[in-house]
Amino acid sequence: MTSDPGRNLHYVAKKRRVREDKRFVTGNGKYVQDIVLPDTRHAAVLPSPYPRARILSIDTAAAEALDGVHMVLTGAQLAADCNPIRLGLKLPGIKWYPLAVDMTRYAGEWVAIVVADDAYIAEDALDLIEVDYEPLDAVVDPEVAFAETERFVHPDHGSNVLYHGNFVWGGVDEDFAAADERLDLRVRWGRSATVPIETFGVLAQWNEGTEILDIWASIQMPNFVELMASTLGYPLNSIRLHQDVDVGGSYGVKRGIKQSVLAAYLSRKLRRPVRLIEDRLWNMAGGDAHGPDRIFDTQVAFNKDGVIRSLKIRALDDAGAYPGRAPFQLAKPISALVGPYRINSVQYEAISVATNKTGQVPVRGFGQAPTNYMIEMVVDAVARHLGLDRLEIRRRNLIEAHEFPYKIPPGSEYDSGDYQTVLQKCLDLARYKDLLQRRDRARAEGRLAGIGIVTNLEPGGGNNIFEYLMDPTAEITTFMEGCEVRVDSQGNITGIMGTTTSGQGHETMFATILGEELEFDPDDIRIVHGDSLSSLPTRSPIASRMAIMLGSAAAGAAGRIKDRAMAIAAFNLDLPVAQLEYSAGTVSDRNDPSRKLTWAEICFIAYRAYHKLPEGMEPGFQAQFVFQVPGGGKLPDENNRVGIYPCFSFQAHIPYVEIDPGTGRVTVVDYAIAHDCGTVINPDIVRGMVIGGLAHGIGAALYEKFAYDDEGQFLSATFADYLMPSVHEIPDVKDVEHCTPSPLTSHGQKGSGEGGYLGAPAAIASAVNDALSPLGVTVHELPMRMHKLEALINEANTK
Amino acid sequence: MKPAKFDYVRAESIDQIVDALDKGDGEAIVLAGGQTLMPMLAMRLARPATVIDINNVTDLSGIGIVGDELVIMACTRQAEALASPLVREHAPLLAEAIALVGHQQTRNRGTVGGSLSHADPASEIPLAALALDASVSLRSVAGTRRVQLADYFLGPMMTARADNEVLVSVHFPIMSGGAGSAFHEVSERRGDFAVVAAAAIIEVDGAGICTAAALAIGGADATPRRIAALEDKLQGAKLDGALIRSVLPEIALAVAPGDDQHAGAAYRLRVATNLAERALLEAFDGARA
Amino acid sequence: MSKPEINLTINGHERSAAVEPRVSLLDFLREDMALSGTHTGCEHGVCGACSILLDGVPIRACLMLAVQADGCHVTTVEGLCNDDGGPGVLQDAFVEAHGMQCGYCTPGMLISAQALLAENDDPTLEQIKDAIGGNLCRCTGYVQIIESIQLAAARLREARS
Repeated sequence: MTSDPGRNLHYVAKKRRVREDKRFVTGNGKYVQDIVLPDTRHAAVLPSPYPRARILSIDTAAAEALDGVHMVLTGAQLAADCNPIRLGLKLPGIKWYPLAVDMTRYAGEWVAIVVADDAYIAEDALDLIEVDYEPLDAVVDPEVAFAETERFVHPDHGSNVLYHGNFVWGGVDEDFAAADERLDLRVRWGRSATVPIETFGVLAQWNEGTEILDIWASIQMPNFVELMASTLGYPLNSIRLHQDVDVGGSYGVKRGIKQSVLAAYLSRKLRRPVRLIEDRLWNMAGGDAHGPDRIFDTQVAFNKDGVIRSLKIRALDDAGAYPGRAPFQLAKPISALVGPYRINSVQYEAISVATNKTGQVPVRGFGQAPTNYMIEMVVDAVARHLGLDRLEIRRRNLIEAHEFPYKIPPGSEYDSGDYQTVLQKCLDLARYKDLLQRRDRARAEGRLAGIGIVTNLEPGGGNNIFEYLMDPTAEITTFMEGCEVRVDSQGNITGIMGTTTSGQGHETMFATILGEELEFDPDDIRIVHGDSLSSLPTRSPIASRMAIMLGSAAAGAAGRIKDRAMAIAAFNLDLPVAQLEYSAGTVSDRNDPSRKLTWAEICFIAYRAYHKLPEGMEPGFQAQFVFQVPGGGKLPDENNRVGIYPCFSFQAHIPYVEIDPGTGRVTVVDYAIAHDCGTVINPDIVRGMVIGGLAHGIGAALYEKFAYDDEGQFLSATFADYLMPSVHEIPDVKDVEHCTPSPLTSHGQKGSGEGGYLGAPAAIASAVNDALSPLGVTVHELPMRMHKLEALINEANTK
Repeated sequence: MKPAKFDYVRAESIDQIVDALDKGDGEAIVLAGGQTLMPMLAMRLARPATVIDINNVTDLSGIGIVGDELVIMACTRQAEALASPLVREHAPLLAEAIALVGHQQTRNRGTVGGSLSHADPASEIPLAALALDASVSLRSVAGTRRVQLADYFLGPMMTARADNEVLVSVHFPIMSGGAGSAFHEVSERRGDFAVVAAAAIIEVDGAGICTAAALAIGGADATPRRIAALEDKLQGAKLDGALIRSVLPEIALAVAPGDDQHAGAAYRLRVATNLAERALLEAFDGARA
Repeated sequence: MSKPEINLTINGHERSAAVEPRVSLLDFLREDMALSGTHTGCEHGVCGACSILLDGVPIRACLMLAVQADGCHVTTVEGLCNDDGGPGVLQDAFVEAHGMQCGYCTPGMLISAQALLAENDDPTLEQIKDAIGGNLCRCTGYVQIIESIQLAAARLREARS
């Protein structure tokens, strides 16, 4: 299935090799750990064994005396020299430093850092640091944290509540009053994350001569350089982030701000490059890379025919000890708060609390995956209540193709879609009728078998205005992405992007669009990543945005290159531009194609023949383009309605699972997914993203959990305890594409990096609940670990 | 995750191992396949003064029949044992268990003796070996002794092996050709340590009377456990599914499971019973007179 | 601390080095031998990113001391390349079928697949899954990795016949 955006495409949407892959298969990837600078020193960190404790004293003398050790730094020393890391919300009572100061707030929080000749010696020195702690009772349960009046994670904040807001969009009370029925449902999304196979790492080098701090890091973060500058108190233009570092997976979490501040600080102190590569234990407990941990209490109002009218949602999110941008993961889902359904009104109470756990960071979808899980469980609950088929209730509530653009109550406008058709494609792909028979045969044989049905959205290309909804002083109405295109004097094309890449194939995407627009083979186009001082503004590859934003910027820059070529040709051929035609670099007279300027001639003129340039044109051959988020740029109206995301991709998921009743173990046997992300730029990349996200969602649904005990001790520091799916846990996925182009982007493309993950957890939960349905039990908490399912099954069977 | 410093001894013979252990005075540790010890060293959970590498001791590797026993030398790789026709023929239960241990990369290094020395209460090789009535040969400068596995496992990661002893070989009584055996486990993911596991062996005579029965349960107590009372009830009985199910309550009387984040005691007990039922029924099914 | 001298063959080249006993083979390859293709993922033997071939069989380089590799033949992902440094058959199949995203697990996947295909160029789906069952990938969901290995197998069979 290929996309058909209605124009004749040469490279976009065609099967083409992904240019990044060659360096990865030959061992030529350049990850931060692979970058070697002479005289580099190695850092190691000392984690706190206690979730909450006063630091009475730290004795570093023995560690400092160890041969090969260059420095031991504690939080108190560091805090004297740097600012707290800026938080997303303005919370003056909360001071977040890279190392704990006076008090530790979660098990695994870094208390001290050692710099030594190598990583082995650095860890030897950790053994010699003596910390005197006074352990305190930890705040562990988020509901307890919310109600707590004395025991605060941050005593100066005077509360554990980081954010508490209430929004009403539309006539919620009226819709509830008018509806035939209502239901309450509590669902819980467990603490998990993306857990890339590469931990976070950073190499920092302060150069006293240039007064520039060079940073190489496995980073994916929009505000990274700004945060570095504000924490270190440096001018922004003294920090140079090298964005050509390959990042070994991120999906949101590679934020590494405290790590990078530490490396930078130590490098300047020691006048040497300092590298801090998290080991797995530091990463899991103290890398600040956990995701949402959320309890939803939702009321739904609906009619007897299954039409859902309104939702009242209360979301309580456990942000852990240091909030960062975590509270905003409650705000982003406002962009698709009613899912792909025609729901008339919605109320949303959002609460973020601090606990003595590892801090939360953005995870794939920025809060959308838990929200989608909640929405789908609510839809299923309504269906169950009414005795309606889960497919039928979706068909009755899905927004219809003719209704686009469709504005939802909170103000986002869904750009385009054909949800019913995509759902039907998924049903066909799953051979749904056969699948029902297969399930029923399995049940007749005494097995627990279930089918999941989920339809979900993937907002893409967000403009960050959700921040304003939580903090009206944050008037941020753009989230732009820029690029530059240069044509050299030989006529070769180079695209310069900002931001690192962590597996999304941005270079391929960028080159494909440049090739398409300029009619050159993308394989001949060079793509480089500028550093943060030399590249145009970028907001990094979050929010399923790079195809939308960088793709459209690329098309814009290519258009300017073409315009320039046309102008040079028009001047030299003495013809109006309107009479000229551009074809693969050659500009010719429409009426007499023999009158033309070749690409080589145009490049020669641009670089060498100023006298042949139109008056006022600068020499050289380059163009820049900074793309603004389509539809963005506005503040919310007086009812807090605002468009947050421009593009909405859609997926339908139909997995088939079986549960072993004797052990509770779930096997995902089959999985069909249909997806519509508008025009697909590279089919292999999109397919990989869709399936990879889906697999990640299976992990969140069944296996993955950062577990804490009742005292706040962290239980999931290793890969033997935090369980990510191996190839054996992922079924043979069947996928099919559909293309409803977005009217807002250069080629009709939308986002695709998150969608699989945004639906799969709900889909697996839907399938598990279907499998449990003969027993009359349901489960509304992720992950659905086998011991929990077995207990439910056992209880139902022994009733 | 970098190990603390240690002295490294590359042993070339069993004598060198036991000498080094003796000199080590409790501070020396044997490195076999390293699949468990290396992470413990990296996490500094183990901080031996001396690491004695036994991988180059050729006498410690190999599989053979000695008398009425199948003997697997301690440093034999799990992959080699898995591929061994001798193991498949004389201890098929062990082969079935090893297939569930880790992944090919870990089985290519991990050893049979290493797994028994580590003695994780949920791991597969100790459980199968216990069901098979295996014994281990332990050697020190003072000599060699043979210990039945029933007396060898003392607690989680604790065995009767003294600090100055090295596990030299594992001895499996050859299974009767007619015996049926089965190994069932549940783990969150394939290749993980089992949460709970059951290993069963059943022999029957021509009249369908059980002449020998073994059931071992892993992951439901501090060590793998044989369920002797259940075995006693099966022996001499005319077996069928109903009878096998009727003896399962003996398991609950024999094991004392604990809780952890992966499963609670109640789960472990119920699932142990369920897996035992499956293993016993399959073993019975495979048994022939 | 004494540093024993070790001699080994890495990707066909004989190498010698003095190495502290506690250094893992993984760190030795990356830091001392400058072979950065082998990746550090968990250092406790679960993720498989550090997979290498030791005397032809796949193992985890984080679970071995460098001193233990004395006298051994080690193959890393760099050793799977053609003589000109370009991708070999298996590597090229991974590119063709896009069997990766971020590339971090890829060297380990290639090593596991190489070991499989060296023994069996017509593997079943189950055999492929068993071969890479100890290699975690967070990006792909494995489907395109399996397809890459199947493509490589087909090309190897074609070359053989």
